[in-house]
Amino acid sequence: MSQSSRLPQPFAAWFEARGWTPRAHQVALAERARAGLSTLLIAPTGAGKTLAGFLPSLIELAEDQRTARPYRLHTLYISPLKALTTDVARNLLTPVREMKLSLRIETRTGDTPPHKRQRQRAHPPDILLTTPEQLCLLIASEHARAFFEDVQVVIVDEAHALAPTKRGDLLALALARVARWAPAHRRVGLSATVADEEGLAGWLVGHRPADTPHPSASQRAAPTRGEGQIILHAAPGARPIVDVLDSDARIPWSGHTARHTMPEVYAAITRAKLALVFVNTRAQAEMTFQELWRINDNQLPIALHHGSLDVAQRRKVEAAMAAGALRAVVCTSTLDLGVDWGDVDLVIQIGAPKGAARLTQRIGRANHRLDEPSRALLAPSNLFEVLECRAAQEAVVEGAVDGASTRVGGLDCLAQHIMGCASGEPFDANELYQEVVSTAPYAELPRAQFDRVLDLVATGGYALRSYDRYRRIVQDVQSGRWRARNPSMAQQHRMNVGAIIESEMLDVRLATRRGAGSPSVNGRGQKALLLPGRRLGQIEEYFIEGLTPGDTFMFAGEILRFIDVREDSALVVRAPGAENPSIPSYAGGKFPLSTFLAERVRMMLHEPKRQKRLPLQVRDWIKIQKRRSIVPTPDEMLVETFPRGAKHYLVCYPFEGRLAHQTLGMLVTRRLERLGKHPLGFLASEYAMAVWGLEPMGACDFAALFDEDMLGDDLEAWLAESTLMKRTFRDCAVIAGMIERRMPGQESKTGRQVTFSADLIYDVLKQYEPDHVLLQAAFADAGEGYLDLRRLGALLRRVKGRIVHRDFDHVSPFAAPVMLEVGRVPIQGAAEDAILEDAAALIREAMG
Amino acid sequence: MPLLSQPRQTSQRRERPAPRAPLCAPWPVVIGATVELQIAGATVTALPGGALWIRDAKTLVVSDLHLEKGSSFALRGQMLPPYDTRATLTKLASLMDRLSPDIVVSLGDSFHDCGGPARMSEGDRALLRDLITRCDWIWVEGNHDGRTPETLGGVVRDMLHLGALALRHEPTGAGCEIAGHLHPCARVSGRGRSVRRRCFAYDGANLVMPAFGAFTGGLNLCDEAFAAIFPRGAMALVLARARVVPVAQERLLPD
Repeated sequence: MSQSSRLPQPFAAWFEARGWTPRAHQVALAERARAGLSTLLIAPTGAGKTLAGFLPSLIELAEDQRTARPYRLHTLYISPLKALTTDVARNLLTPVREMKLSLRIETRTGDTPPHKRQRQRAHPPDILLTTPEQLCLLIASEHARAFFEDVQVVIVDEAHALAPTKRGDLLALALARVARWAPAHRRVGLSATVADEEGLAGWLVGHRPADTPHPSASQRAAPTRGEGQIILHAAPGARPIVDVLDSDARIPWSGHTARHTMPEVYAAITRAKLALVFVNTRAQAEMTFQELWRINDNQLPIALHHGSLDVAQRRKVEAAMAAGALRAVVCTSTLDLGVDWGDVDLVIQIGAPKGAARLTQRIGRANHRLDEPSRALLAPSNLFEVLECRAAQEAVVEGAVDGASTRVGGLDCLAQHIMGCASGEPFDANELYQEVVSTAPYAELPRAQFDRVLDLVATGGYALRSYDRYRRIVQDVQSGRWRARNPSMAQQHRMNVGAIIESEMLDVRLATRRGAGSPSVNGRGQKALLLPGRRLGQIEEYFIEGLTPGDTFMFAGEILRFIDVREDSALVVRAPGAENPSIPSYAGGKFPLSTFLAERVRMMLHEPKRQKRLPLQVRDWIKIQKRRSIVPTPDEMLVETFPRGAKHYLVCYPFEGRLAHQTLGMLVTRRLERLGKHPLGFLASEYAMAVWGLEPMGACDFAALFDEDMLGDDLEAWLAESTLMKRTFRDCAVIAGMIERRMPGQESKTGRQVTFSADLIYDVLKQYEPDHVLLQAAFADAGEGYLDLRRLGALLRRVKGRIVHRDFDHVSPFAAPVMLEVGRVPIQGAAEDAILEDAAALIREAMG
Repeated sequence: MPLLSQPRQTSQRRERPAPRAPLCAPWPVVIGATVELQIAGATVTALPGGALWIRDAKTLVVSDLHLEKGSSFALRGQMLPPYDTRATLTKLASLMDRLSPDIVVSLGDSFHDCGGPARMSEGDRALLRDLITRCDWIWVEGNHDGRTPETLGGVVRDMLHLGALALRHEPTGAGCEIAGHLHPCARVSGRGRSVRRRCFAYDGANLVMPAFGAFTGGLNLCDEAFAAIFPRGAMALVLARARVVPVAQERLLPD
């Protein structure tokens, strides 16, 4: 009663009528809102976060009913997911209807039809729910100021998921623009538990430029960071109950299928009402789904949900979940974020969770009631993952989380924002710079760098000033303000807004024969008769490119045989007879092991008392490692060298995640090459990195081999010939607007030409202007995202002087899992030509 | 200039039924990084950068330079690097340094559009002028640029004959023909991935050259456009990093 009474009527009455008590954080947020304070609300799933965020807006708007209110936008809600905006709008309508508030609540997404967009612009709703991309588009329209100047509140949902991404960069910049037009608005961030709360709070509110007057600052507390604590914690829910599967079956040494756990996973599903079975990759999702159905003796309704499936198919699964028609859904990160789809009472994680925050988030999907604990079951797929699952279990129970909450803003995103501003209301460069550095991602941006990006937008930013006459944005002679050179430049920009660069995707379609049922495929001769039929979903083009007609792979819960590519579709037929698909996996949704969990695993290995709860097999494995080699202390890095077959191996165990290990592998291989050790290849796993070659490597100077200076010239030299940089560059160039998602005059349905051209552009630019600002941006992205340079650097510093080397004539227990995976990866760079050489060799053989 | 002064005869030659050599008859000879092939009785060499060397005539052939493509995009608001012309000409210059050709033939679409020569930077223009003065320079007309390169020196022809060889921009499939225009590209897969590279397309009677320009994309050899020129299909001489690799038709994949 006391909580309700702190809310005004009719809200208190509404809560009471439903028999609800408003939660403390919901009331606190309403009171802070009344004082005009911005708030970052950190709450576990199920805490009524969304209602808490909107309640103050509803109250303000309800009290505002008495005065005649012209059309104006009061609350702007931003969500990372289109689906979430619709879901939230639907949920909001219930209290609004029941309290008979007269409010207009509307969504605006990529699916919103043009006539509705136009109406929204002329007559803004009271509450608009939209995505960061749509906000960028609104900013880039000429009427932006009029649209935004009445905004009182901006709510950012799932702030933790947006902030550390490029979409977060663009959103922070866009909100700074909104703040110019509506300087007194307050911000509300809704977030799951994060490691760096202060960082996230800083991202949410930024700091207002000093030279901007706050018209209403005198009337209300200004929502700046300096006004004290803006972080509000909801009471934590009941501690989740997390179990690690103590499998009776033998735990495999390597591999990621967790096939051995399936009977126990199935048994757990049988006991639950609705289980979400999370996996880390789409390939794992397909495999797990197949395996569960193979043993589904009770014919339980088990469904599959991942990002490659056809949207209609996914919506069907979601609807069935909400309707309570399913017992389990095998899913990837597509179900990570907040949409509420039914009464999940068990979350099963197949394979290691890779990060404590991700696991906490996933576990939060079970049981959206705070007072009851969520239940989760972890199913490790190999020996090392048992350790990782234990570490994650401990972390979740302690409530400890990991992961980055913020990032340094990308220059490509800044370029896009500048063009967006120029496409809307003309801007003054000094003012815009102040605005940009008021955001957290760009707080440290030097003016000179800003000017370089401005020049990038205007002329491409080349040292050769030959494009000065083709400027995309021009400066007004009198006002000095920048604007798009002409409406078509602005339009071109609007077609290319956003930071999500999708891989080129192909439809996967079942092949049908004209006038016939299921076709049989008897080689090339029959192909012409086949037509693209039902669409099963989409798949990355590069995956299909690696297939040869006749190859089988798993997709949409079936084994399919690849026939041919027809325009933008990959034609397939069902191959139910095939036992093992020839191409088992395709990437998508692979996360590296978090630093935080890696540290805990290293500790666990070292402290025998923490190993008590481990399964016997795992304890034995560690014990034998101790006997036959050593178990390093948490600070040390163990390096083992040994011969096997005709080759010599070097295996090290940094526990820093696959990405950092891959980079380490590339660089160490180069160094060994220089030392004359003739390395032949390397393999990186989440825990270890193995290099092999024809010469013994035991006599190397390991301090020198793993010296930090490898991040200098060696890295440069390797990157120069890496395809990775080209891919990263292409993404940056698209975001910055140098190349369009679809190049005019070069359209091909699947964008293949674009990919090709971007490589050529990279080659030429790298040769003639290696310090171009976009190459800098690409390098920063590659270092951050694909190479994990920060982590590799930290590793090399950590193990400096603490490398422990053992030379053996045998494989150690720790090395065994890695050795089982060795031999699959050729050294990069040479690999591409090797494919051509393979083709040529075959011919030489055939032709004599 | 014996070759240039030859009469532009040809109606006769065209009427003659095109020689249809069986596709796999002359498997090309790999010599170091290059590949030698026979066409119309002449020996021609496919070079790693995508140029063709006709040794007996000391002639270097390049096709589809598409100079000033970057600035053509910049005109429309896409600020591609302005270095493509420089990159293309530099690559050509280093070939000329090495081979000292008597004749250089640019086989059409030398510029990306007719405004190209006017947009050239002073430096690039000087570089090109220098190359042109070093030898007999022939611009074959292309569909993008027509006769516009004329202003820079050299001679413009709609097509050219070297002995029995016919050199023209758009391939006709008439036999004994070296052409460009289509930007052939080959896709080959293996080891779970695939590569797509520029290539020469060759069936024993006709040769279609890859585009030489720094910013030129490619058309897959499996595309229908090639079927008219190579009714029995063609093998690809694929441009790998620093060599030319012959790949049989059976190994080529569509995009």
